[in-house]
Amino acid sequence: MNVHDKYKPLSWWDKTYIPLVIDGLAVTLRHFFRNIRLHILNVIGIKTKERGAVTYQYPEEMRPLWPRTRTLHRLMRREDGSPRCVACMMCETACPARCIYIVAEERPEVQIEKQPKIFNIDLGKCVFCGYCVEACPEDAIRMDTGIIDIASYTRNGMLLTKEQLLNIEPKVENYVSRPDLMEGQPIY
Amino acid sequence: MQALAEAAGKFVFFIGLIVLNIAAILTWVERKQSAVMQDRIGANRATIFGIRMLGMFHMLADMLKLFTKEFFIPMGARRFVYLLAPMISLLFALVGFAAIPFGDTLILGGREIPLQIANVNIGILYIFAVLGMAVYGVVLGAWASNNNYALLGGLRASAQMLSYEVAIGVSLVGVIMVYQTVDLMEIARAQGQLLWGWLPQWGILLQPLGFLIFMTAGIAETKRIPFDAPEGESEIVGYFIEYSGMGFGMYFLTDFLETILIASLTVTFFLGGFQVPYLYADGFHFPWGQAILLPNIAVAALQFLSFLIKLIVLLFIMMAIRWTLPRFRYDQIMHLGWKILLPASLINILITAVVLTIIG
Repeated sequence: MNVHDKYKPLSWWDKTYIPLVIDGLAVTLRHFFRNIRLHILNVIGIKTKERGAVTYQYPEEMRPLWPRTRTLHRLMRREDGSPRCVACMMCETACPARCIYIVAEERPEVQIEKQPKIFNIDLGKCVFCGYCVEACPEDAIRMDTGIIDIASYTRNGMLLTKEQLLNIEPKVENYVSRPDLMEGQPIY
Repeated sequence: MQALAEAAGKFVFFIGLIVLNIAAILTWVERKQSAVMQDRIGANRATIFGIRMLGMFHMLADMLKLFTKEFFIPMGARRFVYLLAPMISLLFALVGFAAIPFGDTLILGGREIPLQIANVNIGILYIFAVLGMAVYGVVLGAWASNNNYALLGGLRASAQMLSYEVAIGVSLVGVIMVYQTVDLMEIARAQGQLLWGWLPQWGILLQPLGFLIFMTAGIAETKRIPFDAPEGESEIVGYFIEYSGMGFGMYFLTDFLETILIASLTVTFFLGGFQVPYLYADGFHFPWGQAILLPNIAVAALQFLSFLIKLIVLLFIMMAIRWTLPRFRYDQIMHLGWKILLPASLINILITAVVLTIIG
């Protein structure tokens, strides 16, 4: 449609609203019959390339997460099972929300001087910016668990301690494994 | 006594079993149809023992919610009128169905039963009276609420409904002229006759302009989008703002009942009523000479089914219009009612009169 068309006065036929009403109905009814066909095919059990709705039924059906989506934090372990964290305080310094609280303690090994005694993340404050992950020189903290349903009845429940962060079970299956296969799927 | 029992039976069947059930299902259809039209799924959370039935139970959940909610009467409200207004609204939406023929004569046990609750021979005037009374429920409710916004909504509603009643009335004059009667049953029967031996004489073919005007004015009369300036639930608050619980529920139900009333009137006047093409009292008689004879009960069932199917298709279209068009501005509503629909219906009368005079 030409930009200048909208300044043209409506013709007599357009002023009756009839052609515009029919245009509008054609759009909505086209969507209706296309979607109802897809819904019926899916109910019968025939797989279709497209879905009848662009919405996801959330608790039953997760929207696939993009590989770069930042989700719940976890602390990584060394091969011997001790935390990789060296309590350098880089993440605590980088955190804009000040949700990380670290208390360092001495480590028995000589090569690595420190380890965290307390490592708390207050998820009620966290803004999920990912700066802690970028700041970490040891790759000790990651935000790749695929867990996004973070909720609690109390404020204390939102506070994750070192032990909890070390033992989080990642749900990698929530992530899209091959984003190139997702072409044509709604990603918004 | 027998006539009373007959009328009661027809009342229970048509209004109790058909109309009210369609009204309840329409609340579900409105949600689901709009959802499918907008690429969504729609309400599907209400379940009974894990059975979901495409969200059908939301009707029950809604009704349960409306019945158990507090019916609040605001301070300074006119108590009696405030309680009465939604009932008036609901009553006049329901009594309109009494005059609608949903089938021809059914012979049951030797008695001829016309399938129409009340055989009023001034059907169209009765319908006008009922539609005219509908505005009272709205205005009284708005005034009795003691709320300025409700009162303004009521004023918008009364101005709109009165304006469009004019167009509805004048557009039906063409129908009266063509079929030479104001009896709805006679109008429905007349649409069974054939034009040039093959074309059913339906109102939409004889009065296409009248059909358009009646549909438009009828949708405006139901106060639904695109003519929902009186209600405007989300932005401009409407006449039932102070109502809660079942008082609101009655206004809500009235909306759907009026939609069904307008749809069934459109079917009766313009879509052949209960007529199936080429179906007569004793069976099918096709214009090419073939005939299939049917018993009376089968004919009555077919006619009722035809009425129901036409009604449902029309309701689907009205719902689609409701979910497609944006709301008219208030001056546009008035402009459409007085400057387009009223002259158009007057022209319709003129054309009808000229054609009828020429044909004789």
